[in-house]
This record gives sequence, C-alpha cells and structure tokens, in this order.
Amino acid sequence: MKLARKDILGIKDLSIDEINLILNTADSFIEVSTREIKKVPTLRGKTIVNLFFEASTRTRTSFEIAGKRLSADTINISASTRSVVKGETLIDTARNLEAMNPDAIVIRHSAAGAPHMLARMVKQSIINAGDGAHEHPTQALLDMMTIKEKKGKIAGLKVAIVGDIAHSRVARSNIYGLIKMGAHVIVAGPAMMLPRDIEHMGVTVHDNLEKAIRDVDIIMMLRIQLERQQQKLFPSLREYSNYFCLNRQNITLAKDDVLVMHPGPINRGIEISPDIADGPYSVILDQVTNGVAVRMALLYLLIGGKQ
Amino acid sequence: MEQKKVVMDTDGIDRSLTRIAYEILERNKGTEELCLVGIRTGGVYLAERLKQKIRRLEGIDIPLGILDITLYRDDLRHSDKKPILAKTDIPFSLDDKKVVLVDDVLFTGRTIRAAMDALIDFGRPKLIQLAVLIDRGHRELPIRADFVGKNLPSSLWESVVVKLTEKNGIDEVVIQEDTQ
Repeated sequence: MKLARKDILGIKDLSIDEINLILNTADSFIEVSTREIKKVPTLRGKTIVNLFFEASTRTRTSFEIAGKRLSADTINISASTRSVVKGETLIDTARNLEAMNPDAIVIRHSAAGAPHMLARMVKQSIINAGDGAHEHPTQALLDMMTIKEKKGKIAGLKVAIVGDIAHSRVARSNIYGLIKMGAHVIVAGPAMMLPRDIEHMGVTVHDNLEKAIRDVDIIMMLRIQLERQQQKLFPSLREYSNYFCLNRQNITLAKDDVLVMHPGPINRGIEISPDIADGPYSVILDQVTNGVAVRMALLYLLIGGKQ
Repeated sequence: MEQKKVVMDTDGIDRSLTRIAYEILERNKGTEELCLVGIRTGGVYLAERLKQKIRRLEGIDIPLGILDITLYRDDLRHSDKKPILAKTDIPFSLDDKKVVLVDDVLFTGRTIRAAMDALIDFGRPKLIQLAVLIDRGHRELPIRADFVGKNLPSSLWESVVVKLTEKNGIDEVVIQEDTQ
C-alpha cells in the first residue's frame, strides 16, 4: 500500500493501516542512521523547507537530519530569520516559499490550524511539526514506534500520560494514536490542566499521579511549560513537583517492566526526577533516535517518487 | 488461455545451487574473507541456501547479509507505485571482503546497479561478484553475472517467476506470457 495523501497534519485523520505503514517504514530506516555513511540517495534533488515560527531544537534538528540522510536539500527558516519580524503574514510567506518550488514544507506554529491553512493554499506537501495546543503528529508516531519496538505491540497496553494535558499537543496526538491502535489511555494532571470533557476522547481521567500510574506499561511524562507559570495554573513549581513528579518511590506502583517516556526537553526534578530520567526504565533517548527514522519515513512516503 | 511453462523444478534448482556453491569456492579459493549478500526478497532465500551448502562442503559458516535496494532505485521518480521499504541487515563490515551478491533473476541489471551502490555505502569490498539463479537477458546496463544457474532466453512480453518453498511453498521456475 502507499500513503495516498499530500500532507501529514494530524494523527486524528490517519487510519490504522496508514499508521502501521509509517511505523514499519520507519523501522526499516533505523539501520541507515547506524551506517558509517549515513546517507541514501532516495530524495536527491528534492527541497524541504523547515518553517519554524516557534522555538525548537530537537524537532527542527531531527527533521533536518532526516532530510539530509535522504539526500534532500533542507533549508531552515526560524524565528530569528523569518520575515514575520518585518510584518509579513503567514499567507504571504507561504506564497513566496511556494514560488521557490520546494517539495515539502515542515511547519511549526503557535496557532492551531496554521499547517491546515497552509496545506489548502499551497501544492507542496505540508508536515505539521506542532500547531498550538492542537497536534504534534510526528511526536506521537515516534512515541508509538518506541512503544512497539520495546513492547512488541501497542494494543492492550496501559499508557498513562501525566502533566499539563490541556496545553499539550503531544498528549492530544498520542491520545488519538494510542486509542486507535488499541491501547488503554489514562491521563492525569492538576485539575486546572485537564481539559473539560477529555473523557470524550476515550481516556480514563485522574487528578492524582499514584492512581494514574498503578499497573501501567508506559508512563509518558509531559514537560511543564514554565512559560505558562504566569497563568497561575498551579501555585508553585515546588507544589507541582510534590504531587506530580515521577520518582523512584511512586514508579514502583507501575508494572515492573514499565517504560518511562518524555517528549523533551525535560525539567529535571520538576516533572521527573533525574534518577528516573537517566534510569533503566527510561527510553527518552530511544525516542529521539526513533524520531529521525519516523521523519525519514514520512518524507520518503510523501515526496519520494512520483507525486 | 495463459501460457505457462515450468523450466526448473525442485531438483533442478538444487543442483544449480550446488554447482554455484562449488564455483564460488573454486573461484575464491575457499572461504577466506568470503561473504554473501542476498537481495530482497528472492535473493535472500537463495543466499541462505548457498550458505548451507558452503557449510556442508567446507564446514565453515560464512557471513550472510540482507539488502533492500528500494532507497537506491532509479525508477522511484517514474513509478506511481511506491515499493514498501523493508529492512537491510548487514551486521558485519564489508571492508576488504569478497562479496557475492545473490539474486533470483538477472534482467535489466538495474537492480544490481542499485545493489552495488548500496554495498559501496557499507564499506569498500575487495571485490563484488554476482550469483543469480536465472539470467533472462535484456540487459540495459553493462552488467553480467559471475555465477548463473540457468540461462533462459526470454521475450520481453514474458515474465520469469522464481518460486521458492520459503515464500511460495514450492520450488520451481516458470515462464509465462505477461497478461498485462
């Protein structure tokens, strides 16, 4: 089968077959990054623009490395170089980029739906690298790939997602994906960080870390967005970490072979204690490795070959 | 009605592979620095069988790698179908190795071109040789096989299919008129 779509905008509109195709293709790409010559000629002559309106190191670097290992030319446009500083709108930026004829545009934007608008306007493939608090599909795909790699399956597993669920595009994309693939998803966080009606997404909800992680196979800790402290969603970082920091005491409530995941960047000692982040349960760096493979797979499936 | 002819059966395939195994050992004067790389998917099973035969003859297990050439194809830009990428697994260095590339059918030579480009990305082999079960002619590149099971002159509107027990449940080579 092939991925019969122009863009990757969210996990919500991907089918189970499409997710499996992406994960299996990504699995085959892992090997390329372990070679001495980490490059294959597949996307020679293709151009990929990374258009990042929000700060990012990991995701942007990951996309750039993915493109380069496939021999594509990658160009980064980020906050400091963008012409938005000079007042240009997203629409005009996009039209100008389109006129230079790239093959794919990877976009991160603080406004939910920005990639969707772009996808309707331009003929190039659009990949959503995070839009507001909406979706972050490549993160969910690399998370699912890591789970599948370590556990051999996704269906039937119990996964707890803990932290600021309301503002997390990582949580939203993972909930869509994991439920689609047959996992049981539990979310937990302070009441102010749990969106109203989240149960409608098919998850179990707790406002308590200990209850949420009991007997789970996977714990996904979310980053506390320190920049949101001004919104007074929680009284203090210390109080948050008293109740919601994953540490060596509370982790014993989960299954013995639990995996600890985190999309990064981690706030050591706030949502996750250093000994857990660096400990034997942690697969945080495997997630980063798999991120490159997932992005290679998407670029190959979207713009490799005839369009 | 579809014209179909069996040109090689179980015994025929086995005898050809036995002869190829002897030829590989003779040409390379034994198994030193020798390794096999099978091209997905048919070549992998044939390479595995050659490895067993060489073990029986010499008592030595030579390294075996698996190569998927999808990422090196020259027709990706022209084909609507996107081939499904499968794993490449060459868990040993190719530097200074005598590499015997194994495939089921040699046709245009384009697959072998892609495979050689891929191998060079894994190191600098001392030499690369090519073993195929069937050579059906119609080369589009200056490539030839070192070890051939059977030369099978065919016309372009015929297709040659190598069926192997490991994937098709039967060992045979058939030549049939292409219905497309």
